[in-house]
Amino acid sequence: MSAASALDPPRPRRRHSVREILGRSDYAIISELIEPNSRVLDLGCGDGALLAWLADHKRVDARGVEIDGEKVKRAIAQGVSVYQGDINEALADYPDQCFDYIILSQTLQETRQPLQVLREMLRVGRRAVVAFPNFGHWSVRLAMLFFGRAPKTRLFPYEWYDSPNIHFLSIDDFELLIARERLAVERAYFLAGRRTFRVLPNLLAEVAVYLLRR
Amino acid sequence: MIFHPETHYVRFASLALDCGAALAPVDVAYQAYGRLNAARSNAILILHAFSGDAHAAGINPQTGKPGWWDSMIGPGRAFDTDRYYVVCSNVLGGCRGTTGPSSINPATGQPYAMTFPVITIGDMVRLQKMLVDQLGIERLLAVAGGSMGGMQALQWAVSYPDRVAGVIPIAATARHSAQQIAFNEVGRQAIIADPDWNEGNYYATDRKPARGLAVARMVGHITYMSDTSMREKFGRRLRAKEKYGYDFSAEFEVESYLRYRGSEFVNRFDANSYLYITKAMDYFDLTNGSHSLAGVFARVQARFLVLSFTSDWLYPSYQSQEIVRALRSRNLDVAYCELPSAYGHDAFLVEVEEQAELVRGFLARTLRMQAAA
Repeated sequence: MSAASALDPPRPRRRHSVREILGRSDYAIISELIEPNSRVLDLGCGDGALLAWLADHKRVDARGVEIDGEKVKRAIAQGVSVYQGDINEALADYPDQCFDYIILSQTLQETRQPLQVLREMLRVGRRAVVAFPNFGHWSVRLAMLFFGRAPKTRLFPYEWYDSPNIHFLSIDDFELLIARERLAVERAYFLAGRRTFRVLPNLLAEVAVYLLRR
Repeated sequence: MIFHPETHYVRFASLALDCGAALAPVDVAYQAYGRLNAARSNAILILHAFSGDAHAAGINPQTGKPGWWDSMIGPGRAFDTDRYYVVCSNVLGGCRGTTGPSSINPATGQPYAMTFPVITIGDMVRLQKMLVDQLGIERLLAVAGGSMGGMQALQWAVSYPDRVAGVIPIAATARHSAQQIAFNEVGRQAIIADPDWNEGNYYATDRKPARGLAVARMVGHITYMSDTSMREKFGRRLRAKEKYGYDFSAEFEVESYLRYRGSEFVNRFDANSYLYITKAMDYFDLTNGSHSLAGVFARVQARFLVLSFTSDWLYPSYQSQEIVRALRSRNLDVAYCELPSAYGHDAFLVEVEEQAELVRGFLARTLRMQAAA
């Protein structure tokens, strides 16, 4: 999205256009999960593309946190309220239950204390939307078995030494954590490319998206 | 496109001050650019820093100089005068058209000098609000300013929460720190130590406390730059010579720059205004010493764009971050970015590209949200 488009009047709503605009299947799912006119905080929001889309199409009160200054600038230039800072620190400042949704899209595996982040998300927000890459995917398993090297996925093709990922969790790992924390799963989506899976997600899905609440 | 702005003046019967005194009457000098729309919903108040004035944009027809934020205000610029009605007024206590210590006290027929009452940032903002009322603007789309202008922007949000939709404090603080007070005090003492200051009564004489005021300005300029920007701009270069002269003339380029800036300032600024305005900044504490900053923001409704600069050591980023954290604990809508710059505190005047896109996006969204509300 260019800065100029932020100045244009809001476009009429089109279904599924988010996938065309953002080109990310987890974004498409998330955008469908979020109720119109709700309050949303996106952790690690990048250049704010998802938030800008939600603000324009669902009249969402959209806020974000991002550590990378260049991305923060691009987000603010689109009119999205983004704070440059660390996810943990940002969450700690907010009062309880002041957002309808807290989004953590593909950054859970990058946080130092994922459990703490998850708990804070559900303190500050009524619901948490968590999307993460599934390191239980068959291609990761095969690569580990045959090549004996650190996991890479199609979406996260980093070498171990320059990867932002510091945790390599699978869908089954996450399900165990949810059970232990007694969190309720309202919705869950398991994706690979444009396909959605219902069976054997831990083997077939590249990305999982959960809608959680306490 | 070059335009020559006009300075307008309004007179108000009186202004009640935080110190308990009242000023009567009070004149305000202001300039306005762009056009107020029919709904009166596109007005932006620009707030100048310590030594600024109402001439924020356009070219002064007498001096040929651009306004102090000309690169940010104008057609197609960050504060786009094709879209917005932009107003900037000289602050209370100033010496560029608004009532200050150099103005004539109607009770005596003499300049106020040191009989001028001590003023605060709150007083400056109260007077600006009277101007905004006078202009028939019920709710400002935004208030924006750097440094002392940023402090006024914060004061606006707190004093008149229902009168402003967007607040843009740049390189500012919620309270002056010991270091900021200390530098101001050095400037004030330089003026007071000048025998030509004469207890502030120099207006009738042909001698102004020029040396004291120039030294004050030299100190100020050092605090507005950074080690990096001074090294890049001057280094150890000598001016118009290759060898040391072993004397105390302005040999180093940095010396001659500071002397030039100091003497130039004397021509356009009043020494007593220097005393009063720096004191107003030093008194500035949004919390008033008692409440937490978050408590002060309890009634605030505006959305915020807070900006700071990496090399600004006079108004360091932690001070902006303190504001942002307090706003967030109130669940207020705030965007914050620490912009990379080597220019120190001066960055808010210099880093136009860096700021323009952010201001533009923030204003466009604020206008849209206001229209939708």
